[in-house]
Amino acid sequence: MSKRYDTPATNTWCPGCGNFTILNVVKQTFDEMNIDPWEAVAVTGIGCHGKLTDYIGVNGIHTIHGRVLPVSSAIKLANHELKVLGFAGDGDAFNIGIGHFAHAVRRNVDLTYIIHNNLIYGLTTGQTSPTSTKGYVSKTSPRGSWEKAINPLTQALTARATFVSRAYVGEFSHFKDVLKQAINHEGFALVDVLQPCISWNKVNTYEFYRNRVFKLEETGHNSEDWDLAYLRAEQWGDQIPIGVFYKSDEPPYRENFPALKKGKLVNQPLRRDMEKLFREFM
Amino acid sequence: MRCSGLVDDTVTVLIGGEAGQGISRSGMLLGKAMMRGGFYSYGAIDYPSLIRGGHNFYTVRGSSRKVYANSGKLDLVVALNRESVFRHMDEINPGGGIIYDEKEAISDEELSRKDINFYPVPLSDVVKELGGPSIMRNTVALGSVSALVGLDVNILNELISETFEGRDKIISMNVEAIQKGWESVIEFNYGFKCTIEAGGRKERLWLTGNEAVALGAQAAGCNFFAAYPMTPASAVLHYYAGHDEETDSVVVQTESEIAAMCMIVGASYAGVRAMTSTSGGGFCLMTEALSMAAIQENPVVIMLGQRPGPSTGLATYSAQGDLLFAVFGAHGEFQRIVLAPGDAEECFYLTTEAFNLAERFQIPVIILPDKEIIESHETVEVFDVSKVDIIRGSLLREWEGGEYLRFKFTENGVSPRVIPGTPNAMVLANSNEHTERGFGTSVSEAARLMVDKRFRKGEHIRRATSMLSPIKSYGSDDPEITMVGWGSTKGPALETIGLLSGQGVKARYVQIRIMEPFPDGLMEYLSGETVLFENNRTASLGTLIKLNTGYKFENMGLRYDGRSLTPNEMVSKVMEVLG
Repeated sequence: MSKRYDTPATNTWCPGCGNFTILNVVKQTFDEMNIDPWEAVAVTGIGCHGKLTDYIGVNGIHTIHGRVLPVSSAIKLANHELKVLGFAGDGDAFNIGIGHFAHAVRRNVDLTYIIHNNLIYGLTTGQTSPTSTKGYVSKTSPRGSWEKAINPLTQALTARATFVSRAYVGEFSHFKDVLKQAINHEGFALVDVLQPCISWNKVNTYEFYRNRVFKLEETGHNSEDWDLAYLRAEQWGDQIPIGVFYKSDEPPYRENFPALKKGKLVNQPLRRDMEKLFREFM
Repeated sequence: MRCSGLVDDTVTVLIGGEAGQGISRSGMLLGKAMMRGGFYSYGAIDYPSLIRGGHNFYTVRGSSRKVYANSGKLDLVVALNRESVFRHMDEINPGGGIIYDEKEAISDEELSRKDINFYPVPLSDVVKELGGPSIMRNTVALGSVSALVGLDVNILNELISETFEGRDKIISMNVEAIQKGWESVIEFNYGFKCTIEAGGRKERLWLTGNEAVALGAQAAGCNFFAAYPMTPASAVLHYYAGHDEETDSVVVQTESEIAAMCMIVGASYAGVRAMTSTSGGGFCLMTEALSMAAIQENPVVIMLGQRPGPSTGLATYSAQGDLLFAVFGAHGEFQRIVLAPGDAEECFYLTTEAFNLAERFQIPVIILPDKEIIESHETVEVFDVSKVDIIRGSLLREWEGGEYLRFKFTENGVSPRVIPGTPNAMVLANSNEHTERGFGTSVSEAARLMVDKRFRKGEHIRRATSMLSPIKSYGSDDPEITMVGWGSTKGPALETIGLLSGQGVKARYVQIRIMEPFPDGLMEYLSGETVLFENNRTASLGTLIKLNTGYKFENMGLRYDGRSLTPNEMVSKVMEVLG
């Protein structure tokens, strides 16, 4: 594999963590898409996933908990020639950061949002996450979580996302294919990545997923059918679908801004005709 | 050009009524008409937080000399409802008057003051006759005001034509309304003694502090603006949104102040000049990301327009209660600059400087005005754009120097800032403590070195802010009393200097314009007795001064009911101090 996206930073993820696969899939996808390292920006939140910015040799901004989307959205508006990829954990994205989710989706900001969804809090040593299954036992839910799990896919669909997908780290090339489509999609693209947390989540393991995941593409799924996508997105248990659930073509957010029709904002002149702007106050 | 009021060289008109009656608009129009007539004016709006009903009033004070604040006294009241007649009757100077709607049929007994004039004008009837909407009553009233003070109605007509450009029917209806209002009082000879006759027209600006901040940001080339609406700061967002096309700006109304702050951090990282505006409650939500901007050395500019707290407080009134919050708020230790403009003109120029300071030192800069400044109108000289430099510091668009280190150790602590997307340079910003390259680190030595690198900027920041007149002094060179304050207190303080001088008291006002880093040399400005004036309960500036200089004020005039100090109050306090 190409080393051009490698960095010298020491990786501190647990051996066997699904994050390694996510990192490798992203690097390989960049390579196959021939994206130069300086053309992409990785934006991360807080959690195990957040260290990804240290491990991927593209532009990066490691932000604060739950705020990947507003930071990513602004980067895209300021320089829409950059490929912007947001990375967030399930806690980051759907607990503290859920307030931004519907807004980034409804704006259809042109970015790829990758959820490192391990159904638990890893870095803070194993608490219940918003995507933890109801009844899940952890340090913070010793009698089992009595809160229903948040489903990233239905959240995205109800907010009218234009690209909704799920991947599983155990299906490397399928994941890569989904990611490629997501990056190529003009608009907000969700990639919910199922990823076992080998240190803390003893329920949703590789074993758990291996017996359950199936590829939507192999079922003749029509990804332009929103109702069907919703039904599939609701499916969880013995059978867990992965793949592209839904996609549609809508203009990305940036096309609404008159200024951006003149090219990327960061290259535009700063001097204004102030005499003209003063006139309305005279 | 002639301006004589009942008690001094100013004329004050108050327009009062319910929310939704167009009070702010007509007050604004009158102030602008005065400016076009060659006068200076100051206009402030007082309104509770509601959309219909309540009691609103706009006070505009004009003069041929610069007007810095309202006086608390009125020459003429336009009462658009019954309540306004009685609310303001006692504030009118002897010889003044009230214009009210004839249909209110207020009895002679109710009009208890015998030393003022009453002008029943058929406001509603005129509007009915013209077939206009009832909001047009204030246009009729403006015609009456013009007649009484001698203001040229042609100026008002001209403004109406500009406001409703292209809508000829509305224009002619309003012009007629002004004429009728004018006719209905001109025939009464009540001997109204206020005059504001136009002359010597000059190009000036009539705007609010919010608008001045927005223009300052435009002049500085800020083309990314993200904010969440919050009184009294929303008008900066309104300006940006309303002018995005002609200024090539990207404007986002965000889902929260958290998002707004995160967006400007992201935009700044990407290399554009980015800003947000908010009030105290919104700033609370922003502090976590403010701290992120600081550790990532992403330059950002935030306008924190103060209103009274705690919590929702007095949402539509004014205060100076967030000074220490602006200076110290957010977790961790980092450097910032806090600029405190004292009027619309300072709002403009300090905002232009804010962007240069932010980018030169790659730190957050907070502009800290109060509601009284940002929502009040003022006549100012046209801003001199030739004074505005755009200094982007060490921003780079090309990189050929091998491995790029975003946080490279330098002598002055400022590292070259490459725009992401530049070939051969990978820009890594990190909210974790980090190495020069940007990788997270928890190594003791590495952490200490990076903290020191950031703080090496300190002396350079101080040198730069000392060039911006962080302390300004007005009035006597040899004062008996030195008044100290900040923000909107400048207005009433300058009026106070004039009033005291009339009473033979030599006074000085010392204004602190930069709160962080706190300027050197304040003691040199304190002469004679001293008194601190602030719009808060706990004398925040006093605390900051004591912290930085050890000086403790014995005398303080503090007002914390959401209203600004009036010149008369300040005079009384000074007289009390001087014994």
